[in-house]
Amino acid sequence: MGLNIATDASAGGSIVTTRLDFLVDLVKKYGINWSRKNSLWPMPYATACCGIEFMAAAASRYDISRFGSEACRFSPRQADLLVVAGRIVIKMLPVLQRIYTQMTEPKWVIAMGACASTGGVFDTYSVVQGCDQFIPVDVYIPGCPPRPETVHEGLMAIQRIVREDGVKSSKERGKGLQLVIEPPQMVQSGPEFRESSLCERARGPVI
Amino acid sequence: MATADAIAALQERFPELNLLPLPLTRYPTGEDSDQLWLRIPADRLLEVARFARDDPQTKFEQLCDLAGIDYLNFPDAEDRFAVIYSLLSLSHNHRLWLKVFVNDPDPEVPSVTGIWCGADWPEREVSDLFGIRFAGHPDPRRLLLPDEIKDHPLRKDYPLRGKGERVAFDALTRESV
Repeated sequence: MGLNIATDASAGGSIVTTRLDFLVDLVKKYGINWSRKNSLWPMPYATACCGIEFMAAAASRYDISRFGSEACRFSPRQADLLVVAGRIVIKMLPVLQRIYTQMTEPKWVIAMGACASTGGVFDTYSVVQGCDQFIPVDVYIPGCPPRPETVHEGLMAIQRIVREDGVKSSKERGKGLQLVIEPPQMVQSGPEFRESSLCERARGPVI
Repeated sequence: MATADAIAALQERFPELNLLPLPLTRYPTGEDSDQLWLRIPADRLLEVARFARDDPQTKFEQLCDLAGIDYLNFPDAEDRFAVIYSLLSLSHNHRLWLKVFVNDPDPEVPSVTGIWCGADWPEREVSDLFGIRFAGHPDPRRLLLPDEIKDHPLRKDYPLRGKGERVAFDALTRESV
């Protein structure tokens, strides 16, 4: 930050000029990424039962709008998160690649479920054994199909990537993200928890 | 009007074919199924099918299904492929199955799209996956697989994991887009 007080008489001696580089840097580093990670617009590329589970994750009971991702776009031009949900067959893969290239930067990809990540049980001539062979994938969600909580965990992993790495385009990010995603904190149900009043209440008389 | 009457009518009209009704399956209890099929030579199929649809005794107005079978390595099989026509008479409420057997080089069956127009896509599917040609089909393109593929994957001698179709794509990377 540079602070200059204009002493030139022609300026009237009452003007302070300053540079807000640090503020711009802060906004770039935290503000833009913060806004971006809380408004990821997914494009569900749903070809199988994982698509149904994604709908459950998006609907009111699990409510994906808590993470700002409720605006599902069915045009790749308006989306920045591609959710590959379901098996990809050889006739479908060129379509998927085309859709990925049509998405605007910056963009992220989730491979949702066993089939999209590895081909799953469909080890046959027509099913691609993991879409990550042919398009870059950021996060893999395990499950067959994954529970809505798992989908949200995958979305939060994308949010962590965006927070750290978001302003870069795909080209700058290159092959690896070099980013370690912390595993989620599990609920501890040790002896103290079981003795606690919360459990006491949960164990209460059955009505 | 039972299936037996329809079979009798077909036997009377085509005595030279020696039509013999056989049960489609045998249950574990030893009983035979009451669903019967007839073996039809490929060059007489259109005649038999047209008669089966139009004759007042048979009146099979509906072709429920059309499927292909590969009998390679099947015990006691004499022919390589079969095409199965599953017929239903809505007016008489009886059913009959026709089987046409064809063999390897150039398996060919006349198309029945002129008799039952619903045979259009099932015939395309069978010709796509088994490589059986349907002579006289109005639109003999592939139905399910991409046009670049030249094989017929439901044949038993086709490897389960294919011949490398599923890896024959260019990979998109973050740098290349």
